[in-house]
Amino acid sequence: MKVLMKGNEAIGEAAIRAGCDAYFGYPITPQTEVLEYMSRRMPKLGRAFVQAESELGAINMVYGAACTGTRVMTTTSSPGYSLMQEAVSYIALSFVPCVIVNIMRGGPGLGNIQPAQGDYFQMTKGGGHGDYHLLVLAPATVQEMVDLIVEAFDLADKYRQPVTVIADGLIGQIMEPVAFPELKAPQRPERPWALTGAKGREKNIITSLYLGAERLEQENIRLQATIRQIEENEVRYTEYMMEGAELVVVAYGTAGRIVQTAVKQAREEGIAVGLFRPISMFPFPYARLKEIASTAQQILVVELSAGQMIEDVRLASCDQLPISFFGKMGGVVPLPDDVLAEIKKLVK
Amino acid sequence: MHEEVIISGFGGQGALFAGQLLTYTGMDEGWHVTWIPSYGPEMRGGTAHCIVILSDDTIGSPIIRQPSVCVVMNPPSMEKYEPLVKPGGLLVANSTLVRARSSRDDIETVYIPANELAAELGNVKMANVVLLGAMLGTREILPIESVKRTLDEHIPERRKQIIEPNKRALERGVQYVREV
Repeated sequence: MKVLMKGNEAIGEAAIRAGCDAYFGYPITPQTEVLEYMSRRMPKLGRAFVQAESELGAINMVYGAACTGTRVMTTTSSPGYSLMQEAVSYIALSFVPCVIVNIMRGGPGLGNIQPAQGDYFQMTKGGGHGDYHLLVLAPATVQEMVDLIVEAFDLADKYRQPVTVIADGLIGQIMEPVAFPELKAPQRPERPWALTGAKGREKNIITSLYLGAERLEQENIRLQATIRQIEENEVRYTEYMMEGAELVVVAYGTAGRIVQTAVKQAREEGIAVGLFRPISMFPFPYARLKEIASTAQQILVVELSAGQMIEDVRLASCDQLPISFFGKMGGVVPLPDDVLAEIKKLVK
Repeated sequence: MHEEVIISGFGGQGALFAGQLLTYTGMDEGWHVTWIPSYGPEMRGGTAHCIVILSDDTIGSPIIRQPSVCVVMNPPSMEKYEPLVKPGGLLVANSTLVRARSSRDDIETVYIPANELAAELGNVKMANVVLLGAMLGTREILPIESVKRTLDEHIPERRKQIIEPNKRALERGVQYVREV
């Protein structure tokens, strides 16, 4: 049965259904409803909820809980995610699973609370120090958010890495009908690496400190091998009205939804245009986009930023066709009409 | 069907609730629906609005520029949205507060003293639902009976006492536009 639910609250409920045992967070608009929702629901289920003293506190609590094999999540928004970077980098090399949601807002700096996609580089190219990439999933609807949050916990377990989900205030605030999976104890892998008390067994050590260069190199090689596996297995995207599209618009998340409406309107006017919407931002769907680039005549990239994903689009297509950009910054959200006007300019 | 509705008023006038009532009803009737509120600095001391989309197709953009149906509950909302209503669209204004009249001849307009009518029913706070009744009484994009069923089914137990008064407010809005 479907219920009507706000995106932020649906994040909380999805995590609960996925068996999230502990949630640590700190309020920041536009994701505070997640925290509120978890504060109501988690204690009733006998699970852990802590409002930390800051985002630094929250992510380090996540790190600690993850080390014990607990299913754990935090949610935040752009400036809060910046604060978390040191610990996220530690978690990556520590090989412990967790789920991190970033409901992006206008930046840089304290910026504002309006929808934006300016954290793309930070999310997909590392974010903290050192050599790592995290899996980044970008839903465009509340249902997709729920499905990806549930999946994110399993993926985090599978790769023993943080899995991130990005959206913005629009998806956080919107209400849409959504169906949840049953609330049940999820199937979880064995966690022989977890810190559960070493009585009767060899002790486990989880760390990101390796003073010997060769040992640290080995850990880096292992981390890179994990990232290659993620690249191999976890590419996700969706396509809309792509049949015979001469102009392909590439957009994700909220921008993807807005473009979808513009593409539909353009098709009604006989313009051969389609939408390619990446869902995994890392790993980016390079291979599929390369195929598309070999048949399309041109590409338009639409983002709520100055143009960040466009760099990956250019990499995928090897610049073998004209690529234009349309974006808004600072929390300004273009409407379908604006995108349609841009499409018409290009196909003229 | 594809309707793009904006409901707008002062914070506290119930624009968001009226929008949710419409959205729940649309969902129960099997339509694709989205509801999105204004959020952020705009809400503090200013106007609160929501956008509701009801459609027979999956909904792409949940934000729109030109509503096909618009309910304005106060003067700033009238000023902002009256020029934006789609040609052929419907504008419903709360004439208790909105003194201005639309000069457009390409849209349908309804003026209803919703605060007075709600006060007569015993609670001025139900002006939002009176306006919703007036809107659906003029263009029945969703059946009134379905909205009543939504009230029965989705209002939580602890607020059950608001169901019957809101049904009367809905009917009062319908009745008013049928009479004038």
